[in-house]
Amino acid sequence: MISQIPALQVVIPLIGAPLCIILRRGALPWLVALLVSWVALAMAATLLSQVADGTVISYAIGGWLAPLGIEYRVDVLNALMVLLVAGTSSIVLPFAYKSVAKEIPEDRHYLFYSGFLLMLTGLLGMAITGDAFNVFVFIEISSLSSYAMIAMGRDRRALSAAFTYLVMGTVGATFFLIGVGLIYAVTGTLNMADLAERLPPIHESRTVLAAFAFISVGILLKLALFPLHLWLPNAYTYAPSVVTAFLAATATKVALYLLLRFGYTVFGADFVFNIVPSSEVLLALALAGVVVASTVAIFQNDVKRLLAYSSVAQVGYIVLGISYANVTGLTASIVHIFNHAATKGALFLVMGCIAYAAGACRLESFAGLGKRMPLTMAAFVIGGLSLIGVPLTAGFVSKWYLVLGALEKGWWPVAVVILASSLLAAVYVWRVVEIAYFRDPPTDGPVLSDPPLALLAPTWILTGACVYFGIETSLSVGFSEQAARFLMGGS
Amino acid sequence: MEVHGHFNYWIVVVLMMIGFYALIARGNLIKKIVGLNIFQASVFLLFISFGKVSGGSAPIIAEGIQAYSNPLPHVLILTAIVVGVATTALGLALVVRINEAYGTIEENEIAQMDSET
Repeated sequence: MISQIPALQVVIPLIGAPLCIILRRGALPWLVALLVSWVALAMAATLLSQVADGTVISYAIGGWLAPLGIEYRVDVLNALMVLLVAGTSSIVLPFAYKSVAKEIPEDRHYLFYSGFLLMLTGLLGMAITGDAFNVFVFIEISSLSSYAMIAMGRDRRALSAAFTYLVMGTVGATFFLIGVGLIYAVTGTLNMADLAERLPPIHESRTVLAAFAFISVGILLKLALFPLHLWLPNAYTYAPSVVTAFLAATATKVALYLLLRFGYTVFGADFVFNIVPSSEVLLALALAGVVVASTVAIFQNDVKRLLAYSSVAQVGYIVLGISYANVTGLTASIVHIFNHAATKGALFLVMGCIAYAAGACRLESFAGLGKRMPLTMAAFVIGGLSLIGVPLTAGFVSKWYLVLGALEKGWWPVAVVILASSLLAAVYVWRVVEIAYFRDPPTDGPVLSDPPLALLAPTWILTGACVYFGIETSLSVGFSEQAARFLMGGS
Repeated sequence: MEVHGHFNYWIVVVLMMIGFYALIARGNLIKKIVGLNIFQASVFLLFISFGKVSGGSAPIIAEGIQAYSNPLPHVLILTAIVVGVATTALGLALVVRINEAYGTIEENEIAQMDSET
């Protein structure tokens, strides 16, 4: 049973999705989704405990051995990603019950949970598979379901946002497919471990260069690196609250994982940083993203949209760490993948709480919420501090390592930009806090209060994670450093 | 530059650019979906061209045949075609709902209506 976990990790959510459609009545689909997600979390924890000492699990799907068959390959890095995805969905789903009941018509609930499980399947599959074409299939499973989920938003703009995402997402996935086709044409294999051995002798080949360009642009579209982020703000703003929280915490993060996997494992660090000037390109785009997206976030009047732009900026930080091409930078990136998932997950759940109580997340509707919804706004403040990178929060740990990595390279101007952009984050978080705490609530509107415990508990679990990982870093930094060394080729 | 031998790849590039252009330049959402389809179809053709072995026969074991074409790209593309059909279906479904919600499927009109509200 234990040896089958890599396959079950993906198969169980996949079976759960049609089960939700069969058991369409009442709360049953939600229960199925919740159970499946918790089982997936337990399996992910087992996987991580198995690979924590540096072993690599290789699983041949259907008994067809690699490199001909599809191989699922689990090491520290993707065990962490699987844990992140399963963990987020396990925390978000309890929140979903009340939030979805409020935001989505009742006759579509079973479709919502079915789509949610497909999204989970796709993201878990992207993280766990060791086959380049299989990655494409899982990208499309997760993307197609997320387009449908975003379109379930209440505002009609959710539809045009979903359409834009569909067009850009499909172009990204197709670019990825072209790249995979090109490396298949020169190597004759699709298995990542096999590719890693066959690509180095032909690194100078024009086909490999073109393949790398297609694959990286495709993945960068998916992870919304500036200036390929145009689909993200509207999609996050108009999607149902639960979908936004889940996507913000996982979808771009799994795409970042793919960037690391293809960059370091498949093409190899030597190719990516010495033959192709990836470091310079990523550095320029990441810095531009951090500064521009943070600045744009300041001028948003919808708080969900503000946080969406902040997500673009935070993706910039993660890519920045990758561009250092050293262990400290890579550690910072992997740590920030987790810390930002916890932070943004918490903040978007706060938005869910506010949407539940007030119906919208416009900035003016925040007036007086500090008094009316004290527990919700307290979670926002802690999440906001983590976004800025204040000590004792998770965001500080990642920024610390980012600055450390920059100084190690001697790139002190980069360190200055990181610190300056934290001030921009402080400005946009402060705008919300100021209105919530220092402006009187409107006298004519309904009196708002904190949402029920079913919504507050998941929000506070993620908020707690922001603080926990800010104080107790041995777990997050320890594993990230191990994964970073593994990628860089050490032990 | 050998043109004739790379005939398939020239078609791939031309189709890809036609599809990509339609996707970017057309404001009508249905036309965008059609562009996306052409774009994807060009990639299908690219994969299938990889699988052709010169002088190779169809990959069915038979007497007297030495060379077979590589069937794996065909199998991959069967999967990709399914994905493409699903994407098109979902895209068209979204266009129908956009038409119901906005009363138009022209991108600029939708953008204008969005900025007004």
